[in-house]
Amino acid sequence: MEQTFPRWLLAHARQRPDAPALREKELGIWQTLSWSALAALVRDLAHGFAAAGMTRGQHVVVVGENRPRLYASMLAAQSLGAIPVPLYQDAVAAEFVFPLKNAEVAYAVVEDQEQVDKLLEIRDQCPALRRVWFDDPRGLRHYEAQGLASLDSLCGEGRAHALRHPGWFEREVDAGQAGDVAAMFFTSGTTGHPKGVVHTHATLIDRALAGARFDKLTPREEVLAYLPCAWIGQNIFSYAQWLACGYVVNCPESASTVSIDLKEIGPTYYFAPPRVFEGLLTSVMIRMEDAGAVKRWLFARCMALARRVGPALMDGQPVGAWDRFKYRLGDLAIYGPLRNSLGFSRVRVAYTAGEAIGPDLFSFYRSIGINLKQLYGSTETAVFVCLQPDHEARSDTVGVPIDGVEIKLADNGEILVRSPGLLKGYYKNPEATAEVLGADGWYRTGDAGFLDAGGHLKIIDRAKDVGRLRGGAHDGAMFAPKYVENKLKFFAFVKEAVAFGDGRDRVCAFINIDVEAVGNWAERHNLPYAGYTDLAGKPEVYALIKDCVEQVNADLAQDERLAGSQITRFLVLHKELDADDGELTRTRKVRRAAIAEKYRVLIDALYEGRTSQFIETAVRFEDGRAGKVAADLRIEEARTFSPTRRAA
Amino acid sequence: MSAIATADAPALAPPASGDRQDGTDAGSEPGAPAAAPTPAARRGVGEVILEVANITLSFGGVKALNDISFDVREHEIRAIIGPNGAGKSSMLNCINGVYQPQQGRVLFRGEDMRQLGPRIRLRRMAEMGVARTFQNLALFKGMSVLDNIMSGRNLRMRTGLLAQALRNPWWSPAEREEIAHREQVERIIDFLEIQAHRKTPVGRLPYGLQKRVDLGRALAMEPKVLLLDEPMAGMNVEEKQDMCRFILDVNDEFGTTIVLIEHDMGVVMDISDRVVVLDYGRKIGDGRPDEVRANEDVIRAYLGASH
Repeated sequence: MEQTFPRWLLAHARQRPDAPALREKELGIWQTLSWSALAALVRDLAHGFAAAGMTRGQHVVVVGENRPRLYASMLAAQSLGAIPVPLYQDAVAAEFVFPLKNAEVAYAVVEDQEQVDKLLEIRDQCPALRRVWFDDPRGLRHYEAQGLASLDSLCGEGRAHALRHPGWFEREVDAGQAGDVAAMFFTSGTTGHPKGVVHTHATLIDRALAGARFDKLTPREEVLAYLPCAWIGQNIFSYAQWLACGYVVNCPESASTVSIDLKEIGPTYYFAPPRVFEGLLTSVMIRMEDAGAVKRWLFARCMALARRVGPALMDGQPVGAWDRFKYRLGDLAIYGPLRNSLGFSRVRVAYTAGEAIGPDLFSFYRSIGINLKQLYGSTETAVFVCLQPDHEARSDTVGVPIDGVEIKLADNGEILVRSPGLLKGYYKNPEATAEVLGADGWYRTGDAGFLDAGGHLKIIDRAKDVGRLRGGAHDGAMFAPKYVENKLKFFAFVKEAVAFGDGRDRVCAFINIDVEAVGNWAERHNLPYAGYTDLAGKPEVYALIKDCVEQVNADLAQDERLAGSQITRFLVLHKELDADDGELTRTRKVRRAAIAEKYRVLIDALYEGRTSQFIETAVRFEDGRAGKVAADLRIEEARTFSPTRRAA
Repeated sequence: MSAIATADAPALAPPASGDRQDGTDAGSEPGAPAAAPTPAARRGVGEVILEVANITLSFGGVKALNDISFDVREHEIRAIIGPNGAGKSSMLNCINGVYQPQQGRVLFRGEDMRQLGPRIRLRRMAEMGVARTFQNLALFKGMSVLDNIMSGRNLRMRTGLLAQALRNPWWSPAEREEIAHREQVERIIDFLEIQAHRKTPVGRLPYGLQKRVDLGRALAMEPKVLLLDEPMAGMNVEEKQDMCRFILDVNDEFGTTIVLIEHDMGVVMDISDRVVVLDYGRKIGDGRPDEVRANEDVIRAYLGASH
């Protein structure tokens, strides 16, 4: 049991020098980096950093896709006591300014020209930034900005430094303590500036090992690292647990080849937010619709059986011999090949987290024999708070508290957590730290929920978002917007939804259609359309969405407490909500307040009973250019149900 | 997002594209030394590699090209522009050796190809390092991206058909050669960022990607001079930006001389070093993009409509 990440690295390099540590697909062929080769690379980089003047306690920004040398750079920085700060690679340049200034960043390691351009663009605003190293030299040959160099040249300088300072690397690694700061993660945050969450080696390693014990992870696991490593989820799964368990992390060839790489690698341990699982399912279903009649029939039969029997099998409940036999046939014909084409043939443990997952989506994966489970955690808790045990996975809970975690509920329903994995604090922000972290060691999660009879945690919404209806038939009733929105988003046709109702007499909603699913539906119904805005405004699409909304209403009416949250009126937005326009966070969570502000006229129109409303919105394209989208939006009424009567 | 860094960010573009942007952003790169060598000099633009002298080409009574002369220097990006029917594609076909002009000469590295027969001429041009792409794609639709690009290596394969057919399953010269060629093809796939479509039949790809595969196949020949026939025709803005970046990168990374025909004025002005303007088979302008833009004849013939 090692105390810091660099010591774990050296331990692996010593004990199993030739075992694979990282793989990367290069020129179409998977290339393996062994633990000993990785340790040598980290040593070179650490010496190079030292030669460039980096010292203990300084911050190093790391930006890019999951690349072996970026991982090695993080380890190298930690080796000499510097603190890696991974940032989101798809953020626009301006979003880098705050973290760079906040952490007085002097050094950055980035993937490619795109990231270099962004850093050069904001360089005037961040005078402390002295050196920038890049992994991929493509397109950078003629750049002459000061302090810009390749990782290759850094390694070269590192080797020269190592000759002059023998034994330096080992001494530096030994000097690192468990309580030292290991990394800082900027939370995207739904309001205000991002906050730097400071974690020590101890907090990250403790949680990584607790999670590994819970799922009995071995050094033989295979993981595909394809989510941004600025997200703590990816960082825990492909960095902290990678080093603590010593398994293999595979880096995909490019963002667009992930599904191909997934199939080739066949990971055994897999982690993704619900939207990834949803995307995979949608692509399967679309392809299935195009299949021949016989295949479609077989698929429908097998999936019906899987829905009935699969989850029970997965939960270890008794299942009749005849059903077991039929399930096995189904496994040969459909489930096995399907798992294979999804890349999940070897998955032993798969997790989803970050957002609520739809019950249908969740049971689909479990029914075809994939051990998909949920977990609960956040950046501040180093992920692992609650996990679902293998046979107790449910779509509406997030599992039981694991090793070392204590949970209690505040009076307003907010969940409080105490665990060895809690953040050290927010960087240079004692007020924010004091807000969430009490002197007694309890961390306020900001989520509202409760523990059910089986000891599983159930989350309803963000504590601050849970509001009350005022006036009207349901005066004083609880309104949990996320709960309503998630129910809507469980439909394939609905991409995003934003529900309003706090302090009002009824609930209204904005809806974003899923252009892929609705577009496919439109093609099937011979409905021509020109693009998102056009498609979103079609009366047929409105009818389709209305049907979804009414199903949600029928569902909500089942529960006395939530009947007031039924959606009375809705509209389909003329543009997709986008992080570039400040409407979503980088992790694609809705920024409720920003949207309410920006689309005030639409909200007024919804509540004033108008049937249509003109709106013009400024949008920003991916290349940074600005444009405008205008449309005359229709507003539609939806049927609601009284709580006593069952849905028709 | 990654695809547009170079083509559309003038303030941050590598100095190599500085002079192509009309000189307005030259030296705006933060921290760039004031006395930097000119981009053209850094890329080694210099020697005339291709010379077109007094070309006249007629189809029956129609004069497609009338006494056209210009030259192309090594490592530069040279554009041929003009309205519809100006003779752009005919010009490229003369350079390429597909058409035999009635008058005039095309000299490649000082060598005149005129006396060779048409088939030999085409092969000779290919051997000397002239590759091209086509306005209306000429890819093998049923073959994968990989195989299409591999077909561009054909000229460079040494082992014969028999050796390839009879190779033993473990190790043979044919196999060794294929591995070397495959590596080269993989580099191109990586360069053009089409890894996700390696095994996809070309016919199933969107048009913009097919254009990229077409470029990939031309690159597989490791050309000295690349002739691009309307590389951006029929593309949307994003695809155009991608293609611009690839053209600039090919020119920059491999030092390939590029002659391109283009309809889209914006694209040409942004990426070319020098521009030839044709109208009804006559040359009406030749020079740097800013010079061409200021040329009265050109404005009348081509830009008139939009001014």
